[in-house]
Amino acid sequence: MHMLEVVDIYKSYGSCEVLKGLSFTVDKDETKVIIGTSGTGKSTLLKCINQLDPPDKGEVWLEGEDITNPSIDLNRIRQKIGFVFQDFNLFNHLTALQNVSIGLEKVKKIEKENAREKALEELRRVGLEKQSCQYPAQLSGGQKQRVGIARALAMDPAIILFDEPTSALDPELIGDVLDVMKNLAGKVAMLIVTHEMGFARNVADEIIFMEGGTIIESGPPEQMFNNPKKERTRQFLGRISTLYGKE
Amino acid sequence: MRSLPELLEGVPITLLLTFCAISAGFALGLLLALGRVYGKKGISYSCIAYLEIFRGTPLLVQLFIIYYGLPNIGIIFSPLLAALLGLSLNSAAYQAEYLRGSIQAIPANQMIAGRTLGMTRFQSIRTIILPQALRISIPAWSNELIYLLKYTSIVVYIQVRDLTFQAKDIAAQSSRYLETFLVVALIYLLFTILFSEIVDRVEKRVRIPGVGLSPRIVKRNMKIPFKT
Ligand SMILES: Nc1ncnc2c1ncn2[C@@H]1O[C@H](COP(=O)(O)OP(=O)(O)OP(=O)(O)O)[C@@H](O)[C@H]1O
Ligand SMILES: [Mg+2]
Repeated sequence: MHMLEVVDIYKSYGSCEVLKGLSFTVDKDETKVIIGTSGTGKSTLLKCINQLDPPDKGEVWLEGEDITNPSIDLNRIRQKIGFVFQDFNLFNHLTALQNVSIGLEKVKKIEKENAREKALEELRRVGLEKQSCQYPAQLSGGQKQRVGIARALAMDPAIILFDEPTSALDPELIGDVLDVMKNLAGKVAMLIVTHEMGFARNVADEIIFMEGGTIIESGPPEQMFNNPKKERTRQFLGRISTLYGKE
Repeated sequence: MRSLPELLEGVPITLLLTFCAISAGFALGLLLALGRVYGKKGISYSCIAYLEIFRGTPLLVQLFIIYYGLPNIGIIFSPLLAALLGLSLNSAAYQAEYLRGSIQAIPANQMIAGRTLGMTRFQSIRTIILPQALRISIPAWSNELIYLLKYTSIVVYIQVRDLTFQAKDIAAQSSRYLETFLVVALIYLLFTILFSEIVDRVEKRVRIPGVGLSPRIVKRNMKIPFKT
């Protein structure tokens, strides 16, 4: 049984078909990275997975459950799917600690004391225990994103989805966030949309190259970077590594 | 000035009207705002209808309908109760609009982040949206409190013995109109200054960095009665 299985999903906005039959799986503790040009449907795919914007057709299975089934309790399912946003989306009125603990308190109904303790642990894990009492407006972008990751982690999700977690960050802050994600690799299943090719190359178990709403090619980083089967993959990776540099 | 104690007898009524109307108006206004923003079509339109009616007709006419009109169909209120009801229903409409503006000023992503954690819509509204929206709406709410305090004086027309009513009585008996009404104006002024000062302090106390309109925008958008 796969942790996450996406089966032939389609999604249109009006007459614009964004996802055109995508299938892939993510296994327990596996790290998969999705790459692709802008506007290709990567964010849409992630939203289809956590049912924020359900697919028109196709199925998404999480831990052996079909979560596209209309009778399913999505609030229960979403606890198991962590989501890290490009623009952080921390709760502005809550401290770093409260941002992490609120899900535990309100959704998992864990007692306040214990929730706060667990939240502090997660903040420690992303190197932010000192900032636990600061509000989002008092944190740097990199710190905000690490709180965002801690918030997702605290729920003990089956998988965490990352939508370009470092694109909104100043270059010198990207490293801290990527380090945190590197440390998570192999400990929790992750599906990461990113343009950080160095990171993809070193951390991903598999890279999925997406374009025009379909998967062009997927495979381990070695193969994708050195021996891509498709000419289009070669072109894209060639261009993007000159853009973003190889690690 | 010998009539000052008599004049002051009206103060508790004025304050009672203000506090009851602002509280009841807030509770109802919050429901209306939530209904308007998050309710299904039917609910949303009913809320809009309510707001339009109560903001689109004069408060005095509303009070007359309640106090003089409703007895025609067998519903009779004491003057005080009619005043409380009218002021509350009216203030609810205004407060609902302030609150709606604040709710809609919260970025949609805040709700999405809540839902992503597995919160229900209701939980997200309660724990994510409202704590931010209420903070944002404090300056507008402070205005409403002050307007309401002054507008309570309109209840003299339905025989409620508030501060203005007492003043009118005393002035008529003594013919000292100028003196009496200047004193009354001063009393209202003292309370409005006091209230806006209290609300100001509350706002500072609950303020959270990064939540709320920038002071510049507040100044531009809100007519704050005193203080420039
Ligand atoms: N809610 C929506 N309504 C209409 N069209 C949408 C909506 N969301 C996305 N789209 C369209 O779907 C396409 C894919 O968008 P998506 O955000 O998934 O791309 P992306 O691969 O994440 O791009 P980027 O790298 O820029 O984030 C775009 O053409 C976009 O205009
Ligand atoms: Mg995107």
